Amino acid sequence: MVEMEIRMVHRGGSKINFREPVITHDSRFLLCAAGESVNVYSTSTEEYVHDLQGHTDLVTGVVLNPSNHLQVYSCSADGTVRLWDFTDAILIKTFIIGYPIYSIYVSEKHGGVVFLVVPMANYKSSELFQLVAVHLPHSGDQEVEARELSAVLCDVSPHPGAASFGREGEYIAAVKGLQLEVFFFKKQKSYRFSLKSGMKKGAKNAFTCVSCHPKEDCIATGHEDGKIRMWRNFNQKKEYTYSTLHWHHGAVNTLCFTPEGTNLLSGGIESVLVHWHYTQENQKDFLPRLGAAITHIAVSPDGSLFSTSHSDNKITIIQSCVKVSAVIQGLVKGDGVWTNLIIDPRSKALVLNGKPGHLQFYSLHRDKQLYNLDIVQQEYIHEEGLDQFEVVKAAFDARGDWLATVEERRKKGAELEINLKLWAYDKLTQSFVLNTTVTTPHEDRITAMFFSPSPETTMLVTTSLDGHFKAWLLADHSDANEGFWACDFVGGYHLLKPGCCSFSADGSLLSVGFQEVVTVWSPASWELLTTLSQPPGAIRDLCFGRLSCSKYLLGASTKNQLCCWNLLTCSLEWSTPMDVSLLQTDPLSENIAAFCSQSGSSDLFVFKPSEPRPLYSQKALCTGKVQHAVFAPRDQMLESCEERTQWLNRSQLYFFTQHMDLLTFSTKTEEDRLLASSKQLMVDDSVAVTPFYLLLGKHRGQQLEKQEALTNPMAERTQLPQGSIAIKELLHTPAHVLPSASFLCAMFVRSLLISSSSAREEKEHEEGEMEREKEEEDSEGEADPRLGESAAWGPPEEFGAPALTKAQERELRKVKTFDHSWLSSLLDC
Amino acid sequence: MGEFKVHRVRFFDYMPTAIRAMAFNAHTERLALARMDGSVEIFNFTDHYFQEKVIPGKDSRSIESLCWVGGRLFSAGLNGEIAEFDLENLRPKYSLEAYGGPIWTIISNTQRTQLAIGCEDGTVKLFEVLEEHIQFERNLDRQKGRIISLSWHPSGTHIAAGMMDMIRVFDVPTGHAVQRLLVDRGFGGSKSRETVVWSVAFLSDHTVVSGDSAGKVQVWDGHTGALVKTHLVTKWDVLALSVSKDESSVVAGTSEGTVIQFQFIAPTLHQQQDKEWVRTRTFKNHTHDVRALAEIETAIVSGGMDTHLVVRPLLEKFDEKSHASGLRKIHFPHRNLVSCAKKAGLLLFQFPGQLELWRLGDSDGHGKPGDRLPLKRKPEKLLLLKRKGEDHICCSALSSCGGWLAYSTVSCVRIYRLQTDNNNISITKVSKLPKALRSAHQLCFSSDSSKMFAASSQSSVLVIALTQSECKYVHTLKPKSGSRQPIHLMTTSVDGKWLAAANSDCEIHVYNLQKLKLHCMVPVYGSCPSAMGIHPTTNNMTVVHADQQLFEYSIVEKQGLHNVWLDRDTPVTHVTFNPKNPNQVVLHDMHMFCIIDQSLPLPDQKTQFYNQMTLRSLSEQERPSHLHAFKICKTFQDLLCVSLLDDQSLVVVERPLLAITSQLPAPVRQKKFAT
Repeated sequence: MVEMEIRMVHRGGSKINFREPVITHDSRFLLCAAGESVNVYSTSTEEYVHDLQGHTDLVTGVVLNPSNHLQVYSCSADGTVRLWDFTDAILIKTFIIGYPIYSIYVSEKHGGVVFLVVPMANYKSSELFQLVAVHLPHSGDQEVEARELSAVLCDVSPHPGAASFGREGEYIAAVKGLQLEVFFFKKQKSYRFSLKSGMKKGAKNAFTCVSCHPKEDCIATGHEDGKIRMWRNFNQKKEYTYSTLHWHHGAVNTLCFTPEGTNLLSGGIESVLVHWHYTQENQKDFLPRLGAAITHIAVSPDGSLFSTSHSDNKITIIQSCVKVSAVIQGLVKGDGVWTNLIIDPRSKALVLNGKPGHLQFYSLHRDKQLYNLDIVQQEYIHEEGLDQFEVVKAAFDARGDWLATVEERRKKGAELEINLKLWAYDKLTQSFVLNTTVTTPHEDRITAMFFSPSPETTMLVTTSLDGHFKAWLLADHSDANEGFWACDFVGGYHLLKPGCCSFSADGSLLSVGFQEVVTVWSPASWELLTTLSQPPGAIRDLCFGRLSCSKYLLGASTKNQLCCWNLLTCSLEWSTPMDVSLLQTDPLSENIAAFCSQSGSSDLFVFKPSEPRPLYSQKALCTGKVQHAVFAPRDQMLESCEERTQWLNRSQLYFFTQHMDLLTFSTKTEEDRLLASSKQLMVDDSVAVTPFYLLLGKHRGQQLEKQEALTNPMAERTQLPQGSIAIKELLHTPAHVLPSASFLCAMFVRSLLISSSSAREEKEHEEGEMEREKEEEDSEGEADPRLGESAAWGPPEEFGAPALTKAQERELRKVKTFDHSWLSSLLDC
Repeated sequence: MGEFKVHRVRFFDYMPTAIRAMAFNAHTERLALARMDGSVEIFNFTDHYFQEKVIPGKDSRSIESLCWVGGRLFSAGLNGEIAEFDLENLRPKYSLEAYGGPIWTIISNTQRTQLAIGCEDGTVKLFEVLEEHIQFERNLDRQKGRIISLSWHPSGTHIAAGMMDMIRVFDVPTGHAVQRLLVDRGFGGSKSRETVVWSVAFLSDHTVVSGDSAGKVQVWDGHTGALVKTHLVTKWDVLALSVSKDESSVVAGTSEGTVIQFQFIAPTLHQQQDKEWVRTRTFKNHTHDVRALAEIETAIVSGGMDTHLVVRPLLEKFDEKSHASGLRKIHFPHRNLVSCAKKAGLLLFQFPGQLELWRLGDSDGHGKPGDRLPLKRKPEKLLLLKRKGEDHICCSALSSCGGWLAYSTVSCVRIYRLQTDNNNISITKVSKLPKALRSAHQLCFSSDSSKMFAASSQSSVLVIALTQSECKYVHTLKPKSGSRQPIHLMTTSVDGKWLAAANSDCEIHVYNLQKLKLHCMVPVYGSCPSAMGIHPTTNNMTVVHADQQLFEYSIVEKQGLHNVWLDRDTPVTHVTFNPKNPNQVVLHDMHMFCIIDQSLPLPDQKTQFYNQMTLRSLSEQERPSHLHAFKICKTFQDLLCVSLLDDQSLVVVERPLLAITSQLPAPVRQKKFAT
């Protein structure tokens, strides 16, 4: 299975705002669909706890099992519904449905039934969906086929917010387009209510979401023009009625009633959580400045916690309606990644567009956002259709001391506004500080920007559609305050528009691609050294070879050509017909990755310029063009000798698919290692398990113990023996394997009494007892001959009193040992 | 259709006054509407919301509240008087001083035996309704502070009274106040201001609903006096409340111009016991205060400061879309306020307090259709005639030669002789009028200006002969039917032989003027005529009814009219003829005018009704097959009058609604999004 050794995996950066999250009954965990797994987060510490892995496609819905609040159902586009124990991340059952599932609904009243949105059977390819009820068969097997689907509603929206169960599951309300449909299960009858499109009056009446009141028969629907309608009396064709609430100016993205139905929560692009008081619609509270458009709202079953999902891949946890208590931030995927993927040389973090106007630093190893750097430094207005500044280019110098950013505002019909900003790393504050702002560095859009990798000079080169490339240098170090950046050289070539540029690895050469012509310059003297050309087709991407291949320059052209020039001979070494959309060099090796788009999907080739055969190739990597990729250096080098996986030893290749999924390549050995390390981290008390907590919590615990021991020497003595392991065990053993209660009662009660023996003695007993237990485990089933000690049941002098024969005692012990081993075997597996 | 030179007249500054009160009579389906100037209008809701009768106002009369008792209409106002109206003679029958200071409200009990009024001095006075009169019965316990609103419990035993800062519930037999419901004041700065309970409604389950100046609609338990529910609906005042007949819905009108509906709904669908009042729909059809409100079977009727009456149908009460389920706004009166002297080119505009006589402008330019011609002579206001006395003008007329002018109020008729030579105009009042001519519902001159006709009581018409210096009573034309209803339309033929008069009973009588005798009665159609005219050459009579049916008598049109025509929502208010082309009849309503060419076939249901655009695109050969009788012109909007002068030019009197709105006082300030 050599082919399978390198696998594409979702590693980090998955969408956690894709579907509505679930808050568990005890409000301790938040579960959300994240790519192909379900992530479990702690609500109090916002820390990632573990994930539920098993689905082989996108997870499209997570709901609590209404009959067991420690279990959760998840559905996925792979056509399965899975039942999990989320506290221990155990897959309990898999139900195979056979159709891609788009959302899942459950209701307490409909036990053993889940409602799924699947494509209409006859129109598999088309955009028609239906809501079906699926009886989940009772069966002991791990994998069960559940193919008995009964259609409930036809032609529904696949959006999970577009349907909702009503009071006590008596009906389900679904919206699509301009129509609300309510289906009553008892009568098996559905009512449809349509609205006029309202376009003439400037209203957009299309439904966006629906939520039903949990206690009363009232349906709240959200609309595209920001209205919320509250429908009542909807079991009649004509006499139904609705009232309208209007605060949002954009579409209402999501609606949610609190569990008691006293409040209605709504959210939209304004990024304000609006809190309507049910029946007193005029009164509303707001929680503004949540950062980005709200896409989902979830409420914990006790109503104490709200969670809002945002369009910037963030989940905010809100306590008691007013306080943001935690923010779970994933990799921000805005409207697009204009900056490409960059690795910060200092923190090894992935850098790309984050929140609007920001750069985000994302740790790939920990799958966590480190911080956002505000580049634009302007208030972002949450409204659609506005032209606002966006960061379009970013570059780091080789040591990570400087960061250059370009922001631009595209205005229709008006002049383009561009700012070039240079940021210096400040060691004290551990972040970047603005050093120089250049307004309008070029007349037109900047196409490429790179720092020179040479260690002597810090030079920045920008190329622009105005036909020039400019070199910027840090000027004037002599001043007391730090120097600033200034333009050093403006170059051009026959008024052609430069599209890309690249520095050689040592910074001694700069190549700039002017449409069909590649020019090679010496940055030291700004001398045009040579021009290379291989028409037809404009040069799209350029890169120099590294290390042993540094004499090669590679260029990808728009006319399906990948060329490799030898710079020593200034001649074409080789060329091959490939539609290369992206060339990426590994900074730590000679390897170059080329992404080619072919018939709607992307292929990957990893090769050395000097070698004719690619190191690795993968056809049909994913659908669509790959536009962004990066080699991320590894912390530790892998020592794989396998020829095919060697290229992954030093760095890891990450890339973005068309649908903004961050994918990477991983080998089997690496996965095994990761799995092992994650196992280590698992600790049974799973709340608030952060590395920090492990460190500090343990320490603090010890300290406390010490302190207590110091200040109160009697503490141990007064401690009741409930803590005794034997008692615990007795209480935790299933009742049916224990002797009768009357038999145990006297013993148990006595054990609760404070023993008159000294504290130290007791401690010794306990220790002894534990030791003995270990022995017992080893010698399973053996009757213990050391009956005289009988420490587990309290002090011996008191134990003697009840009329227990030795035989009875032995019996009891047997029961205990047997039981314990059974438990431990369960724990082991 | 022919080309006309059009006088586009926009100098008629007609300004309707604000609607103050409303009362709906469910039995006869008539809506009585009181305006600020003291006039009362009666709309017939069974007959396409036609404005059947108008009782002109009076300077000293102010109406705060209206009330039907059976078929009798009572009003009360801040002048402290209760008045009953004579709906046959369109005047107050009598008025009675209540001796309680200004009266804020008047109501009747469901048994129609008693009236109750709320006075400024804090008394609720009960009046007994007698056959021909009302009589003071007693006072209920006098309270401190004025009584703003009243509502009688359907059983007749209790009255709820809205006052300042509180609501009182009275026991009617004993006259004692049994409950005192305190109404909260507003928030913030309005805390120091008293809350006015503008409106109360007493439901049969002893629920009291109140609307107050703090913007609240509150639901109270009338037995215990407990506040059940508060709906804060506006920052300003809730001015009016109305309850539907089955008491399942309450509407509230606010200062913001919105009408808010509350419905009595069970929170869960299957158990219908614990119903509660839930705010549901909001209607926004007004820009200003909604002062008057009525919820009728199928619609919500509202009116207020912005002067127009809105009938908003409740769509769930209709099975399918029809013209009855469309929103209706009534801006202009359904009668003519403009008289046109066709020969002289003069226009007479009727205001409640004055008459204006204008001479039309003149132009000798020529241009393409749609061009604006340069004016040689500007239109000129020749005369402003202020009425004498307190009563408002109810009708006026101008003879076609422009030599005579007449108007009538409730109390008197005045006739003037006009002489215009070039720029000088002289007016002389005809001093001696016949005694029989005391007041008129309609006035009309014969085409040769030798006679004047005045519609008098009991559908009779007085014929007055006019000579250079005096006027003489000639005859009284009386209908045979014995109808007592007033005449609201009158027209004469050009040859002076015929006079047609239509009354509110939908009867049209045609009189022979040479014999001074009733000639015939046109077959009675179920809908009130809204306009009629007698053809100058054929002497056929064309009548348009409120339901948009169009009849030509002597040759009765049997074919049904096109639906598009029938579904229009404003009645035709004027019919005139083209003297040059006998086939052409000119009609107009508020939104369009129409020329009916009788030589062409009527359109059937399948043909396109508005076909001018298609006709223009067709070639000459195809055109005749697509022609039909109706030619509609919508170039001119908000029409008060369209008339053809003798010189073949068309006079179009427009009163843009925007101009009316701009003259209204500023509405209450509201925060509008993005302003």
